[in-house]
Amino acid sequence: MSAVVAAREPQLPKEHYLNADYGVRSWLFTIDHKRIALLYLASVTFMFFLGGMYAAAIRLELVTPPGDMFSSETYNKLFTGHGVLMVFFFLIPTIPGVLGNFLIPLMIGAKDLAFPRINLLSWYCYMAGAGFVLYALVEGGLDTGWTFYTPYSTSFSNTNVILAGVGIFFAGFSSILTGLNFIVTIHKMRAPGLTWFRLPLFVWAHYATSLIQILGTPVIAVTILLVALERGFHFGFFDPARGGDPILFQHLFWFYSHPAVYIMILPAMGVISELVACFSRKKIFGYGFVAGSSLAIAVLGFLVWAHHMFVSGLSVYASLIFSAISFLVAIPSAIKVFNWTATLYRGSVSWQTPMLYAVGFIGLFVIGGLTGLFLAALGLDVHVTDTYFIVAHFHYVMVGSVVMAYMGGLHFWWPKITGRHYPEWWARVSAVIIFVGFNLTFFPQFILGYLGMPRRYHYYPDEFQVLNVMSSAGASILAVGYMIPMVYFAWSMRYGRIATANPWPATGLEWQTASPPPTENFAVTPTVDEEVYDYTRPPKEPTFV
Amino acid sequence: MSNAHSSALRHHFANLDQQKDSSVLGMWTFIVQEILFFGGLFLVYTIYRHEYFDVFEACSHHLDWKLGAANTVVLIFSSLTMAMGVHAAALGQKKATAAWLVLTIVLGSIFLGVKVVEYTEKFEHHLVPGPHFLPPEEAAHELKIQPSQTGQAQLYFSLYFAMTGLHAIHMIIGIPIILYLAWRSWHGAYTPAYHTPVELTGLYWHFVDIVWIFLFPLLYLIGHH
Repeated sequence: MSAVVAAREPQLPKEHYLNADYGVRSWLFTIDHKRIALLYLASVTFMFFLGGMYAAAIRLELVTPPGDMFSSETYNKLFTGHGVLMVFFFLIPTIPGVLGNFLIPLMIGAKDLAFPRINLLSWYCYMAGAGFVLYALVEGGLDTGWTFYTPYSTSFSNTNVILAGVGIFFAGFSSILTGLNFIVTIHKMRAPGLTWFRLPLFVWAHYATSLIQILGTPVIAVTILLVALERGFHFGFFDPARGGDPILFQHLFWFYSHPAVYIMILPAMGVISELVACFSRKKIFGYGFVAGSSLAIAVLGFLVWAHHMFVSGLSVYASLIFSAISFLVAIPSAIKVFNWTATLYRGSVSWQTPMLYAVGFIGLFVIGGLTGLFLAALGLDVHVTDTYFIVAHFHYVMVGSVVMAYMGGLHFWWPKITGRHYPEWWARVSAVIIFVGFNLTFFPQFILGYLGMPRRYHYYPDEFQVLNVMSSAGASILAVGYMIPMVYFAWSMRYGRIATANPWPATGLEWQTASPPPTENFAVTPTVDEEVYDYTRPPKEPTFV
Repeated sequence: MSNAHSSALRHHFANLDQQKDSSVLGMWTFIVQEILFFGGLFLVYTIYRHEYFDVFEACSHHLDWKLGAANTVVLIFSSLTMAMGVHAAALGQKKATAAWLVLTIVLGSIFLGVKVVEYTEKFEHHLVPGPHFLPPEEAAHELKIQPSQTGQAQLYFSLYFAMTGLHAIHMIIGIPIILYLAWRSWHGAYTPAYHTPVELTGLYWHFVDIVWIFLFPLLYLIGHH
């Protein structure tokens, strides 16, 4: 390959999905999964930076011990805004919406998702939800925390709970439609010869994610509906004055919102499997186990929700069982980590940007995952509940791991998406900055929490200041790390070096078509006759261009 | 494969079989998420019924089980007419399909009409939860419960309105879709080879009916009448 390709400069294909049509209408009414992925890319990036600004305000306030920048009420609205934007409008939709949308049809050799119009509808649902939530945030904000605990959210909060609830309802509908589309697509649209055990692990991970989206999201939808009915029409589901049970809300909420964490992390794990295999030049170790562990995490994820409620007055027996099942989640998670590291063993590892992110992911996920075990342990959890230990733990998983994987995936598939390379040097530098900034931001929070600093307060005792200043300093480094890729990704869309069809080179059908791909993805319908991640053979010329 | 070039075939499918399989699986997946959607409410119902059974039983007497039973029959018949509509579509009888679908809409509308009567009656008797609910003394007299149980009675009626309301919204969404199908069918859009929309809407309609089959005994028939 190298001899043939190096001889001539790679050129962009004459016609591809990006230049197939022009104008705003061609984007807003597109049913091409690749274009919809880019619509998601633009919208989730906007929400990410908006949520990031809320985080910046929080970290600024916490530089000094007294609450000197914002009032308590404003601070409540800041961390609520941060949580709602980041969880429902960035972390949950991002990897499925951007990378999943773009790649699943390509990876399985299909022309599109099974329901292209529903795919577009799910983006519009996302946008409608974002509209409601942004309006709620501008029009006075929301102060319930992203968890909307009753009876505060139903009876006492004077902020825009219903508006935000409607927004999350729409976002949930978007998530359900995406999951439905992926499930049907993966079942029915695979290319001839692409059996289940030849599917890339990215696809397996999205399949498991979609199951959670289908089975979990409706429950949060109906829960929001009940909160809205109670708040708006004085129904009494969670009102203790009428015999309703506020704790029931927590059960319903976490029945979705714990699995929701796996909606975030499973696609991230799928990305990491692709990256580790490609940059180790090896078949992933224990393919079947990695695929199966995604499903195991999805199933176990539905049985652990009450570990968020150990201090809510849950019966001790229920707590014991939920604690035990929570520990079990460590098994499939560890299977993945061990299999990734075993894949590295004696591989020809190279350190391009995506691999830096992948290795960073593994490190951060190990810390995030192991501290999860602290929280599954009943006694320890009671000690650190509602402290910064929790905040640090879930940021290691939801930001440290998920965003690292997302960035790694975005770099890895950027040449496929745009047909151009990002600047490698800048990318490596920013990957390192993000890793350093992230750890400096969140590792001190483990210590703060363990020492007893509660979350959701805008003032704290003087002795916590050093660690808080470290955390805020880390946040500013992290912000720089996130902004550099914004600049060079935008730059590379016009000026980046032109990429070949398979620049890394990697296995997988998405690399067997042009970069960027044509609207119909493949010039001829692909057929698959080789095993998955077959890095033993020399890379072949793209066959389905 | 024989219909590979049918006008109904969308560009990204290889053939009509694949297209139909995908659509049917999609609808079943949608129904699965609907089950979870209603499931949350059924869970809330189960817990409070277990907790406050006496109150739920007393309040249940204030629903008109005769109207509920009549509506159950109406809905079962609408499922039958829907099934006949799908059958007629599969045979390519476009006018018969349209007729069965219109009949389904008529039956669905009768159901909703009865629901309006029932809801109105609840409003008139101040049985709608919230500030206008019967005050404790009156509630105790009217519903044959203790004054202190008024809040729990509100829970029952909260569940009644939420569950039947959500069910009714699903029917209200279904009716214009069926109307559209009837219109399309009249104009010959469906053939024995391609009538997936009718089949899928049928699945949806049957699901909504089944929800009612559960709602009726759970809400109307607690205890003896």
